[in-house]
Amino acid sequence: MITKTVTAPRTEAIEKPDATPRRPFRRVWQHRVIYLMLLPGLLYFAIFRYGPLYLAQIAFKDFQPLLGVEGSPWIGFDNFTSFINSYYFSQLMFNTIFISVLKLVLGIPFAIILAIALSETRFIKFSRFVQTVTYLPHFLSWVVMFGVLLALLSPSDGLVNGVISSTGGQPINFLADPDWFRVVIIGSDIWKESGWGAIIYLAALLAIDPTLHEAASIDGASRLQRIWHISLPAIKDVIVLVTLLRLGNILDAGFSQIFVLYSLPVYSVADVIDTWVYRQGIINFQFGLATAVGIFKGVIGLVLLVVANKAAKRFAGSSLY
Amino acid sequence: MATTTISRSSKIKKDWLFDLPVNLVLVLVVLVILVPLWFVLVVSLTPLSQSQTGYNFFLSPTNWSFEAYRQLLTDNAFVRALVNSLIITVMGVTINIVFTVLTAYALSVKTLPGRNIFMILILFTFLFNVGLVPNYLLVKNLGLIDNYLAVILPGAISVYNLFVMKTFFQNIPEGLKEAATIDGASQFQVLWRIVLPLSVPILLTIGLFYGVTHWNEFFLPILYFNNQDMQPLPVLLRNILTAANMNEYVDYNAVASAPQQALKMAAVLLTMIPMLIVYPWIQKHFTKGVLVGGIKE
Repeated sequence: MITKTVTAPRTEAIEKPDATPRRPFRRVWQHRVIYLMLLPGLLYFAIFRYGPLYLAQIAFKDFQPLLGVEGSPWIGFDNFTSFINSYYFSQLMFNTIFISVLKLVLGIPFAIILAIALSETRFIKFSRFVQTVTYLPHFLSWVVMFGVLLALLSPSDGLVNGVISSTGGQPINFLADPDWFRVVIIGSDIWKESGWGAIIYLAALLAIDPTLHEAASIDGASRLQRIWHISLPAIKDVIVLVTLLRLGNILDAGFSQIFVLYSLPVYSVADVIDTWVYRQGIINFQFGLATAVGIFKGVIGLVLLVVANKAAKRFAGSSLY
Repeated sequence: MATTTISRSSKIKKDWLFDLPVNLVLVLVVLVILVPLWFVLVVSLTPLSQSQTGYNFFLSPTNWSFEAYRQLLTDNAFVRALVNSLIITVMGVTINIVFTVLTAYALSVKTLPGRNIFMILILFTFLFNVGLVPNYLLVKNLGLIDNYLAVILPGAISVYNLFVMKTFFQNIPEGLKEAATIDGASQFQVLWRIVLPLSVPILLTIGLFYGVTHWNEFFLPILYFNNQDMQPLPVLLRNILTAANMNEYVDYNAVASAPQQALKMAAVLLTMIPMLIVYPWIQKHFTKGVLVGGIKE
């Protein structure tokens, strides 16, 4: 009796591969506990991920808090056109893309060189130590990094300015000087993220079949030649993949970093789309306009990511999703 | 015979020429990272008597003090911020793990009707978002302003972590789950008794990643907490670092205590310390490939 009830559904599932009209309901019913487990997650995505999508309609409205999201009058694409025609549009786009591209172009070679050096050193324990040290900054918040940068760059007590003054130079206010601020943004990002960025290359380097290196060295290849002809080709796909995906996120110039580090004197070089959206939207209550800019950025980001993913599939045989 | 020794010694010489720059690069990288952190430590330990003559790169072995740390750890505002950070981190990680595990497990069941639709709907939110303002309005409309949940719930599930965990669950041999089902285990029991015990490394890693995110949270508390008594450590730290007058934020008794700069750097290090304790635990799992390429279906 018991065995019959247990085995019955199983044989049925095997014997009837074709879907009968009633089978979808049965399959749903069979998975009722799984749906129950899915429920909190689905509610989360519905409320906290799709909720903002619904509220984003204010981008197309003259949003007035008293009238609410639904009650405010529609104004079409006015918010979008006023952003694109405004004088700060080109500056914001330039700052965003400039910072992103420099971080990418300068950051990736650093990570690759670090990964190759880590894979080439013969001192395994030293390599582990270097990995531990270089991954660490990735886990520090930008506020902590701000403190570290102040220790180095503060005009009065900073280490770097101490050296500059002791050699007779004038102290530089790195964080408030528009020329230096970009250097600080890009340099501190490389300082913080290169080690973490090296992991993915290191994993690819360590996955190379060691017999390849042995055969090459028997054939008389030098270690430099082996890096050029074995190691770099082996991580080529990873480099392409990482570059493409970062290009897909080109409009993310690093909000949390810039938000912590920037100040009024450097807005002209530091203000990016995200920081502007924060100031216009939250500080100046321009909800509709700031949302329009957010959607503008989101749509470009979506298109870039989909294209980058296609390109990655094609050129690197690998993709994000 | 002679030729082989010559070629061998030249090979050793060549290797030496190669090894030197390789290891030099590594030493340089380590110095570039550790020197600033070392200087932060030195400044934090500099006593008031020393600070007038400037901060030296090396500590005098007899002339340093923990005064800045003592000051901060006995300061009400600092301790309150520390407690706020702990509350947010503990509450946050608990919610993160429960939501992520349940969703990831459900989505790892390949026979689940509608699974592909759920996956596409979730992936879409990963690729497209509408920015800050609608999220802010949502939290406001839900009445979560000045509630710890405001900084926790919007990030309850990270899509990336969800997909990594789902892939991990999928790679657990189907036979184990089936055997348990045949023995009469419910789906919850399969998850609790079979899947989770096999997933401890990924649970630790992802849990710690979520934890780091909460501990470092800086922007969301500024956005959602008007009540200054709720602000976590990074917000207080930023206030201390930019303050012209530290008394606005902590009780700073200039006469009998550490120099301002020492207090600032001590605050930086105290904010880092939990990170430094937890970090070796996470680091073990990086290279195991748990987190590389997990998102792909």
